[in-house]
Amino acid sequence: MALPLAMSAAGVVMILAVVLIVAALVFYLVSVIVALRKITAGLDQVIAGVGEIVQKSAPVNGIVTAINQQLDAGVDALEGLLVKKAGIVDAVGLVDGLYAGAASAGFRTFPDSATVKPPRIAEVYTRGTLTLARLGREAPIAAANPAGAVLRNVEGGSLAARLLYPEIRQSRPPQLPRSPVIGTDAPVQYEQREDIGLPRKRLPARASAAAAESAAGASRDD
Amino acid sequence: MILWWIGDVVLLVVVLPVVVYLLRGVLEAARSIVPSVQSIATVAAAGSRDLDAAALLVTTQDQATRTIAGVANYGGSLDLILDDAS
Repeated sequence: MALPLAMSAAGVVMILAVVLIVAALVFYLVSVIVALRKITAGLDQVIAGVGEIVQKSAPVNGIVTAINQQLDAGVDALEGLLVKKAGIVDAVGLVDGLYAGAASAGFRTFPDSATVKPPRIAEVYTRGTLTLARLGREAPIAAANPAGAVLRNVEGGSLAARLLYPEIRQSRPPQLPRSPVIGTDAPVQYEQREDIGLPRKRLPARASAAAAESAAGASRDD
Repeated sequence: MILWWIGDVVLLVVVLPVVVYLLRGVLEAARSIVPSVQSIATVAAAGSRDLDAAALLVTTQDQATRTIAGVANYGGSLDLILDDAS
């Protein structure tokens, strides 16, 4: 009688262990199934988004290629026109002046242009410098090498700018000739000739030459 | 009888913990994928919205064509007006 009871106790423990294992399997596998369903739903959203991306980006390649072809044609035409009108050297210098360092790349349709040393034909001056140059005030155009030190010192800017001018301007002599005053109220009125408005004392050169020629003709006739 | 009990002990002490450990690892791996997939879905949706302007490339192509045509006409006129370098 003891043996069957002992066997049944061991069987009960065995059944209990199996039930526990099955319960663990059920719990974790159901949890995995729930997680996989969430993953499936997320992947559905991903596929929808990627599908839209593929659909929207499908024509991009062709359109961008066409735009690039048209831009390449425009660049080739403009480069050809520039080289034709300005010459290869000046064209390279102009491009390098506008885009510093672009001369090293050269023109696409002119491979030899990469070896051309760009002339400095596109120096950019300020409006004040150009105004002084037009007025003949000895503007410091090309007074220094652009590759050298900075001309203008931010701390002593006035002095640095003055140093660019000739010595007579720097030293500021006390009796520097004053600029002339012009206008009707000026202390010195120019064009003070008294013969203005009066009859001419001498004929113009053209009229006197004609008179001399006619006199010479009359003497030959005699 | 002793073997029976030994089997019970092995089942409870060895098999059950191993099964639980393995299933727990699978569950954690599956749960770790979920936020990643949701992040990818969000990024894909944002990328799709970013490409809404891709349709305007057709307009860009048309404008580029017109611009190049205008530049070509202007260049042709300059070719007639200006003298050649050589």
